[in-house]
Amino acid sequence: MSEEALKSGSRLEKVLTSGQFAVTAELGPPKSADVEAIKQKAGYLNGVVDAVNITDNQTAIVRMSSIGAGVLAREAGLEPVVQVTCRDRNRLAIQSDLLGAYALGIRNVLCLTGDHQCFGNHPASRNVFDVDSIQLIQMLKDMRDDKVFASGEEIRNTKKAPIVEPRFFIGAAANPFGDPFAFRVIRLAKKVKAGVDFIQTQCIYDMDRFKQWMEAVRNRGLHDEVFILAGVTPLKSVRMAEYMRDNVAGLTVPEHLIERLAKAEVPRDEGEKIAVEQMQELREMPGISGIHIMAIEAEKSVAGLVEKAGLLPRPQVA
Amino acid sequence: MIVAERKPFDEVYDFARRHAKVLVLGCGTCVTVCMAGGEKEVGILANQIRLAARERHDTIEVAEHTIERQCDREFFDEAVSRKIHEADAVISMGCGVGVQYCVECFTEAIVYPALNTKFFGATIEQGEWAERCGGCGECRLDLFGGVCPVARCSKHLLNGPCGGSSDGKCEVDPENTDCAWQLIYDRMERLGRLEELEDVIPAKDWRSDRDGGPRKVTREDVKL
Amino acid sequence: MTDEPNIIAFCCHYCAFTAADLAGTMRRQYPTNIRIVRLPCSGKVDVNLILQAFLDGADGVMVGACEPGGCHFIQGNLRARKRVDYAKRLLAEVGISPERLEMYYIAASQGPLFAQRATEFTERIKQLNAEAAAQAEEVAQEASGEAT
Repeated sequence: MSEEALKSGSRLEKVLTSGQFAVTAELGPPKSADVEAIKQKAGYLNGVVDAVNITDNQTAIVRMSSIGAGVLAREAGLEPVVQVTCRDRNRLAIQSDLLGAYALGIRNVLCLTGDHQCFGNHPASRNVFDVDSIQLIQMLKDMRDDKVFASGEEIRNTKKAPIVEPRFFIGAAANPFGDPFAFRVIRLAKKVKAGVDFIQTQCIYDMDRFKQWMEAVRNRGLHDEVFILAGVTPLKSVRMAEYMRDNVAGLTVPEHLIERLAKAEVPRDEGEKIAVEQMQELREMPGISGIHIMAIEAEKSVAGLVEKAGLLPRPQVA
Repeated sequence: MIVAERKPFDEVYDFARRHAKVLVLGCGTCVTVCMAGGEKEVGILANQIRLAARERHDTIEVAEHTIERQCDREFFDEAVSRKIHEADAVISMGCGVGVQYCVECFTEAIVYPALNTKFFGATIEQGEWAERCGGCGECRLDLFGGVCPVARCSKHLLNGPCGGSSDGKCEVDPENTDCAWQLIYDRMERLGRLEELEDVIPAKDWRSDRDGGPRKVTREDVKL
Repeated sequence: MTDEPNIIAFCCHYCAFTAADLAGTMRRQYPTNIRIVRLPCSGKVDVNLILQAFLDGADGVMVGACEPGGCHFIQGNLRARKRVDYAKRLLAEVGISPERLEMYYIAASQGPLFAQRATEFTERIKQLNAEAAAQAEEVAQEASGEAT
């Protein structure tokens, strides 16, 4: 595929559009201005994945900005997917920040609603939600393809100045496990309609329900219109599994997985084994274009997982 | 109606103790219905202030009065006007509108709020009120089967539920709050209008909400 | 404050009031400082009625109601229960011990129980009055100590 036909020219876009199975991971920015923390995490992921999601004040806890950390990750040799939530900024701020991000070399953006601030460390703050994640997708697509801001104004300094629009590879999340279940496919269809290029799903434990969702996705042909990367989070312990099951809305962890962890001598190893099995199963599933590994504060373990799943080496793209 | 809740007593008493004579002024409309600031609540608060003053050896004279509406000039009649003038301060049990309008009608009066004004809501059952409208200024209930995502979704999402909808409840407060989008989905399904939910609703124009500055409605045809 | 506390007993006509009457007929002694106010139902007890009693000089207020399931008006007593609980909160807010307000379930036939509850409650209020008086004296002494 020629450079011309690409939307953003990002590595992730090239891997996916060339039909190769993509692998992405997650890098949580530090809860401080610590640059070394990013360099260290980036070191674990370099050469192991095609792109790395940089979370945006995940679970509403203040961290280094996803754009700032994304630029640092890029300098460390990774390709960032900058996450943007609708919780903290209005359409002015988001567009402005993303112009800056693009100018600094960011090419992938993941559009998210954002966790409610009541779950984070500033529960007394006000939320924004000026636009929702679907409107955000639309906004970025209009900026890229129609070269206009959300207001309809052209993206240029003056009437005579050249149009310099940010050209992002636009991603979004999908949660196949939330309620109402029947709405979950509709919501994906709306994201496709709004112009999303790739999807990363919520982490999958309940494979049966995920298969059900994928079947509905394929029945509507949505997998042909968007690249779907299946989310995987290795379980570290029975406690973590139970926590995820009981405290994360819409997330189910089947009993047989918890049993496996409980019986294992080293639950962490068993959790990784489960994750590798999931990755292999997902790879074979029709309509799945890649894996998104969310190893929460365990970036170090990603390389081993990717290797065991037989997904190394990562493809080289021009 | 406008739903309000009485402030903690200590906060109100702190207003009262600054003066020798206060008037506790109730409102006979919304806050009477939601049992926060009607005649009955005026009686209770006035007696509480009297009892507290006795316990704490303060000298506060407390008068009581309730008018039909504190948000309408015509109800501030001579009787209430006299009582306001006789008192050193007014403790208004009206909503935030009532408190301010009392100040506008009696510019010399010191008026304190006795209530925390919460929302526009409905009586779910006696003793329970819940928010239904956010007063956004551009009603689109037609799109959502009569359930408002602006007022009732914790993130006022217009294009469907976030990942935090579980068993019909909102993850922000699963004990007490329904997921607005579950309600919308169920309603649209019953109406046979599910396909309408596939439309991408564009970003809202918030100018009609408070973001456009304080709002005003004018009707020349009914002006006197 | 005299030694004998002022106590108001709001009594339901169908139970506690009849029980009080019965206690008298049975010649069971109960403190004479209790003033009984007959109500058609304990559900007539209003929060502000309780506050007013305290404001008018009561040291304690007791509410006599039918046992759960025994209300002549089906659930007046259950409503009274909630209102008494709320009134306790309001009293605590103004600095009056919620212990000075109590609700008792006393059936019409339980004359001796009425006498017992009335005696217990009077003792409780006497105790609270004594504690309050001691505290007031302590404060007064501290104040005079500071003055010198």
